[in-house]
Amino acid sequence: MKSDFRHIIPIDKVGIEERVARFNTRSIKKESKMFAMRLAMQMIDLTTLEGMDTDRKVEQLCNKAIRPFNGPHEIPKVAAICVYPPFVSTAKKALGDSGVHVASVATSFPSGHASMSEKIAEVKYCVNEGADEIDMVISRGEFLKGNYNFTFDEVCQIKEACGKAHLKVILETGELQTLENVRKASDIAMYAGADFIKTSTGKVSPAATQPVTLVMLEAIRDYYLKTGIKIGMKPAGGIRDTKTALRYLVMVKETLGSDWLNPDLFRFGASALANDLIMQIVKQETGVYQSGDYFSKD
Amino acid sequence: MQNRIPVLKTYKIYIAGKFERSESGRYYALKDKSGNQIANICLSSRKDFRNAVVSARNAFAGWSAKTAYNRSQILYRMAEMMEGRSAQFTDELMLEGLTRKAAETQVAESIDCLIYYAGWCDKYQQVFGSVNPVASSHFNFSVPEPVGVVSIIAPEMNTLIGLVTATAPVIASGNTCVVLASQENPLSTLTFTEVLGTSDLPGGVINILTGKKGELLEPFSNHMDVNAVAYHGDDSEERKMIQQNAALNVRRVKIYDSKKVSLVKAQNPYRVMDFTEIKTTWHPIGE
Repeated sequence: MKSDFRHIIPIDKVGIEERVARFNTRSIKKESKMFAMRLAMQMIDLTTLEGMDTDRKVEQLCNKAIRPFNGPHEIPKVAAICVYPPFVSTAKKALGDSGVHVASVATSFPSGHASMSEKIAEVKYCVNEGADEIDMVISRGEFLKGNYNFTFDEVCQIKEACGKAHLKVILETGELQTLENVRKASDIAMYAGADFIKTSTGKVSPAATQPVTLVMLEAIRDYYLKTGIKIGMKPAGGIRDTKTALRYLVMVKETLGSDWLNPDLFRFGASALANDLIMQIVKQETGVYQSGDYFSKD
Repeated sequence: MQNRIPVLKTYKIYIAGKFERSESGRYYALKDKSGNQIANICLSSRKDFRNAVVSARNAFAGWSAKTAYNRSQILYRMAEMMEGRSAQFTDELMLEGLTRKAAETQVAESIDCLIYYAGWCDKYQQVFGSVNPVASSHFNFSVPEPVGVVSIIAPEMNTLIGLVTATAPVIASGNTCVVLASQENPLSTLTFTEVLGTSDLPGGVINILTGKKGELLEPFSNHMDVNAVAYHGDDSEERKMIQQNAALNVRRVKIYDSKKVSLVKAQNPYRVMDFTEIKTTWHPIGE
């Protein structure tokens, strides 16, 4: 399947913002809210990407991924754990056969500045350690220079190195400057073989925003209409509370349809979100507003 | 200027240092003794309360970490700003049915009450803290510390002195609070929010809602993130309900007789102590 990346697909920025504002007026209550909150919980890539991460911290996070809450409320486990490459084996061991995937960032995350051979070696290392999913970053510098072939080839080569592991391509939309660039980067990533496209590393502000996510969802929709292939979407960074998460779900449902409302095709890259979802689920079931004092800190 | 149409004020609730309307968009009409409408008052919802608790929780770390001396200065500043609005407070209390003389007295007493608790900010720990004799090589001492977020149901009568008596001792130690204003007579409380807005009190330390007790007592007393409840009133059903709801997380409940708030004896440092908890430290020492 060919696509001409010299073409610019114009994006109506004002239109996108208006559409987003419309999504945000949807009122999700009662059973639908419960369903959406449990679904959002199952879509979380519980993430720790800090310089101060340790094996114990990762193990603790894995425990949380499998059993998010100790108590009388039914809280589903999350989709995956997202860590730096050295912690893949630790996470793999801690998660066992729980069904929670291990995702690893790779390709010199978060900057992406490294030689191609180093990036490929890093990806292969993660896959050998047992990673089920690889989150790569594109070289934003090359992309912004207009060197689209570079970006395309980069994604192709990493995809090849991934083997059976799923590939998520981080566009780092906070550095792409325009929505047109977001659209173009999404198209390049998908045509080059990405299984998922992801907004951000979480290290750059702004991280995931609704307009950017909508542009990416529309790119996924157009790609699906052309090729019949369903690409996944992962907004990451800055999604901290239940209300925001539900707004994203509304956006997915109304742009791509119910098929995408499952963890195989939609993920949240988040850490604080899980706690808020648990709190809100407990609130919904007990009718009493909850306090952070009674839930684990991370 | 004979035909000038007077500009009436829109009274709003006060959350996180901002004047807002209720998220529910509801309001009720406030009438004077002869039945004329004076103003529309926000009918706050439990979601407004939820937002207010979030803002009080966020403000707690900063407010309780301020030096006691600085909190004292800020309470004093609030009194200064009240003084400048004496005339407005007097008018509003007269609308509640007080005589001019009684209204003026209450305004003056309210200002003095703020000054009184401003003074206690940096003294309650000295007076109520202690060094304890222990039978080991430890320096053992106890200090009272603020409990956290306090929800306050303000009294229905003597609204201004009642409001100040209900809030000043709570924030003096470093707590933050959410107040439900008198339903019948909310005007002076709403003007008090303007005092808060123009003094140096950080947003979120005092949040003020107006509305129906019937709707709001439930969230005021069962929100898990509220550490203590102060109820000013005499309704035994309400008292019982608050105490039952408070059992959810075993939070503290203080119940005050609404008539006593205006008495001079009502002002005492034990009011500050009502919303503190004692921390005892064992500090190892050498021979």
